[in-house]
Amino acid sequence: MKTGSAFFLSGAMALAAVTFAGTANAADTAPNDVAFNEMQVSESLTGMPGDPAAGADAFKNRKLGNCLACHTTTAMESELFHGNVGPDLDGAGSRWTEAQLRAIVVDAKQVFGPDSRMPGFYSLHVGKNVAEKFHGKTILSAQDVENIVAFLVTLKDE
Amino acid sequence: MKTRLTIISLAGGIALGCFAGLAHADPVDDTLEIDGQPMITRAPAPEGHPFDEVLSGWLFREAETRAVEADSFQNPGMLEVERAAEIWSTPEGTAGKSCETCHGDVSESMKGVGAHYPKWDKDANRPINIELQIDKCRTEQMGAEPYKFDAKDQKAMTALIKNQSLGEPMSVDLSQGDMQSWWDRGKDTYYTRTGQLNLSCSNCHEDSMGNMIRADHLSQGQVNGFPTYRLKQSALVSLHNRFRGCIRDTRAEFPKAFSDELMALEVYVTWRGTGLSVETPAVRQ
Ligand code: HEC
Ligand code: HEC
Repeated sequence: MKTGSAFFLSGAMALAAVTFAGTANAADTAPNDVAFNEMQVSESLTGMPGDPAAGADAFKNRKLGNCLACHTTTAMESELFHGNVGPDLDGAGSRWTEAQLRAIVVDAKQVFGPDSRMPGFYSLHVGKNVAEKFHGKTILSAQDVENIVAFLVTLKDE
Repeated sequence: MKTRLTIISLAGGIALGCFAGLAHADPVDDTLEIDGQPMITRAPAPEGHPFDEVLSGWLFREAETRAVEADSFQNPGMLEVERAAEIWSTPEGTAGKSCETCHGDVSESMKGVGAHYPKWDKDANRPINIELQIDKCRTEQMGAEPYKFDAKDQKAMTALIKNQSLGEPMSVDLSQGDMQSWWDRGKDTYYTRTGQLNLSCSNCHEDSMGNMIRADHLSQGQVNGFPTYRLKQSALVSLHNRFRGCIRDTRAEFPKAFSDELMALEVYVTWRGTGLSVETPAVRQ
């Protein structure tokens, strides 16, 4: 981890995150079973509504979504270090429906196409040579995804 | 040498001076002179390159970091270069020779040399970089052990040799041996998405060049400053260490240092920086 630029996780943190994502709940929809319909995922992955406050935490947490690595949003103004690899997310909850936001977070490439730089956070369509400790794991758990989606829905235009 | 003390306060300033939110999204419009010697930090890209212009990583760093690199008395990497100049003259190994025994004054014999690696090596039948050339001299000429990857002396000696090309434009000769096929292989690697995050070198250093990724300002990922001095680690960082760090950050297994895969990547990425001045040891946060 020496020269790593640390925009994503440190080794130890990564392990912690995987333990979370790894302990999938039996009631959760498995990553390969998520149904995409016209770039939407209408069903909650957990069968339950997400918690927007927990979603805000997972959004900024480098161990979880680390969405701030690539996105800005005024809702996170107090946080240092917003990236701008992706678009600003102000108003994302007005531009997109909940089902579309879920599809974007689960597997952005299903919505934006295969060239998208946004990782699939609940997808097993990954790159080559995935590190052993991440084999067969998703970046986020179904619960994290639902929480983040619940947070994104609150990002309404004024 | 007294000026070097200022580095401590400078590094502190950098930590405090971190930007909140978005800042400095573009490479700066500035010119670099190191001790008054002009560096080429922008050069027309070679044919077949995805960019029109290749840009040194220096243009993407914070003002304080840039200033440290511009003054070799403040650049702590130069202490390692000076230390390596002593190693250069110190006999090692069973043959009782030093580098100087064969090559004489480093500033004469090594001038311009480091700007044109990796080079085709007939004996090994593959390209080698400065690190492996040093190891070749150590084992074949001096009867010494090769350096362990990232040994302090390996980084210092590599920096010493590259520093003798300070300002010299980088170029690799792809007509030597089988260099072209190694370039091809390196290019494949550059565009291959790896890891759980499913990102390639090009996703960050080509598609997102100039963007911020959290606190990091994404440059073109050029190699012209390596080994670089990292203020955060207070140490020189080798190129293959940097490659491995970037690959690891995609949550992928990373190849061994000096493996065929990373050597091919070095050939290709060095070509991507054709025309940029060698800035070794460049300064990074
Ligand atoms: C490595 C970069 C990266 C990361 C990390 C990332 N995204 Fe994205 N995101 C993008 C890019 C790039 C786009 C633009 C669409 C495209 O070109 O693929 C995008 C688009 C989006 C959009 C649609 C934006 C709009 O309004 O048009 C949403 C919503 C979104 N991302 C949410 C998230 C969330 C939530 C996370 C974390 C769980 C996240 N992103 C993490 C790169 C990223
Ligand atoms: C997820 C993003 C990401 C990916 C993928 C990535 N890098 Fe990087 N890289 C960075 C960041 C951030 C830095 C530090 C800021 C900078 O110099 O761009 C960096 C720095 C570098 C540097 C040092 C540049 C300098 O001037 O000091 C080199 C060389 C480099 N990367 C090469 C590569 C190569 C080759 C690959 C593919 C094997 C790669 N990177 C993949 C994010 C990435």
